[in-house]
Amino acid sequence: MTRRSRAVVYAIAALGLLVLTVLAFGAGRFALSLAELGALAANQLFGAGYEVAPTAETVVLQVRGPRILAALLVGAALAAAGTAYQGMFRNPLVSPDILGVSAGAALGAVLGIFFSQSALVIQLGAFAGGLAAVGLVYAVGANVRRHDPILSLILAGIVLGTLLGAFIALIKYLADPYNQLPAITYWLLGSLAAVAPSDLALAAPFALAGLVPLYLLRWRMNLLSLSDDEARALGVPVGRLRFAVVCAATLMTAAAVAISGIIGWVGLLIPHAARMLVGPEFSRLLPLAMVLGAAFLLAVDTLARTVAPIEVPPGVLTALIGTPFFLWLFVSARRAWQ
Amino acid sequence: MAVMLEAQGLGYGYPGRAVGRGLDLALGAGEVLCVLGPNGGGKTTLFRTLLGLLEAQAGEVRLQGESLGALPRSEVARRMGYVPQGHVAQFAFTVRDVVLMGRTAHVGLFAAPGAADRAAAERAIEALGIGALAERVLTELSGGERQLAMIARALAQGARLLVLDEPTASLDFGNQVRVLRELRRLAAEGYAVVFSSHDPGQAFLAASRVLLLARGGALRQGAPAEVITAENLRQVYGVEVRIAPLDGTSVCLPVL
Repeated sequence: MTRRSRAVVYAIAALGLLVLTVLAFGAGRFALSLAELGALAANQLFGAGYEVAPTAETVVLQVRGPRILAALLVGAALAAAGTAYQGMFRNPLVSPDILGVSAGAALGAVLGIFFSQSALVIQLGAFAGGLAAVGLVYAVGANVRRHDPILSLILAGIVLGTLLGAFIALIKYLADPYNQLPAITYWLLGSLAAVAPSDLALAAPFALAGLVPLYLLRWRMNLLSLSDDEARALGVPVGRLRFAVVCAATLMTAAAVAISGIIGWVGLLIPHAARMLVGPEFSRLLPLAMVLGAAFLLAVDTLARTVAPIEVPPGVLTALIGTPFFLWLFVSARRAWQ
Repeated sequence: MAVMLEAQGLGYGYPGRAVGRGLDLALGAGEVLCVLGPNGGGKTTLFRTLLGLLEAQAGEVRLQGESLGALPRSEVARRMGYVPQGHVAQFAFTVRDVVLMGRTAHVGLFAAPGAADRAAAERAIEALGIGALAERVLTELSGGERQLAMIARALAQGARLLVLDEPTASLDFGNQVRVLRELRRLAAEGYAVVFSSHDPGQAFLAASRVLLLARGGALRQGAPAEVITAENLRQVYGVEVRIAPLDGTSVCLPVL
């Protein structure tokens, strides 16, 4: 792919995201026209003083704004983490769920709900759970000798994920069925419906703290897709690089899970789609994956709140879209997922 | 003649399981060393030790006079390029991207390759005559083309010493010859080359020296004509061969 056609891909993706964002502000039970949105934006940004219905202002600033921002942030964070995990584990079929990150974050949050803690504590629980899970998996993987280190990590992640799932099931079993169980279930399904600006303010710095190292190491990341011996012979301290990338990607995943609960598939599908468009070179792949991830989750969430009289959990929609896409990739397009 | 690679009393293997010991080696610029040995004879273990990927169990390896253990990884990469056996790519990187990865040791931790790195990668691609393949995807190339791309990556490292693990394995006849010709040409340009092979005849074709490894760590080293004898090969491989002179060099034929 030439430089010019890559530039076209980036431009289309960015434009698509912009259009989607405007649509998402307008769409919903309280529909807003482009003119109303424009007037509101002019008021907010330049103090223009156009007349706008107060309801419209509330809808945009209090309801849709935080939710749209959350969709963009979560989508981009999950896609970036997925891109990093896939490159690092040399396996295009892994996702942030690997390493038990999502399960750990979920357990942390579910515990918070179970003990009726505040939103802040629930979120911190998600962070702590995700980081603890990856730390544990990493420790196990590092201490298993005479095995492929990548395989050890992945297996340790799967095993720990199963254990964490069992704990989550136990808590659901013990939870108050009228009060806590719906909250837990709703959160585990993944949703952006109840996002408050404070949730965003809490999670955004964590997501950013994960993104900065990924951005800085964007070219060096490519070397993790080689065998360890090759990468070391090229002068890379593989262990340290992988550790830094695991931490960064996990921070981003935990930040996303803390905002929205578990929304599957984004971290698996979007890196694939981006790789099909611009190839596997990480410094070209990462920005596109983030834009596509943000656009995908925003589209899914907008559908989730407009397609039916009641809200459909976006995790259900991503699975509905994700499963056939994944099967199609797996069956027909072996080249493309490489 | 500058000594590019030295080993003194080198013991290689794993803690508690020595594969070979007492290896002395000195390879100068312009020399090609062919390492022969049976399956399980320790060729790969020796290579990993020479590359510093495996700790030496005894003795030491020196690169251009400096101890391998004392050099930072990136400095090792600038002095010694490695072409692994059967590079397995999971992702569809282009040849240009792969060759550019050879520049890692010259690129800052948080940087991307600059103009100088790109130029070096292009020179390496041109040196191997694979300019037409630069935008092709590595996983879609033939085995021979892929091997040339991997050699180009080693050249892009800026290393004057190349270590190739069975560079002709699973290549067709024509590509085997092409790779060997490339190795000899690089040696003529002043590179020092170490490669392993399963074909003793390749040593006559391309090598100035031969290291013959046997199971249990017995070693023979010297000019191809001294080391590749019917007697030595019978000991190492357990088969009969005939060595015959032909056009100023020799050929090695098994007897069935």
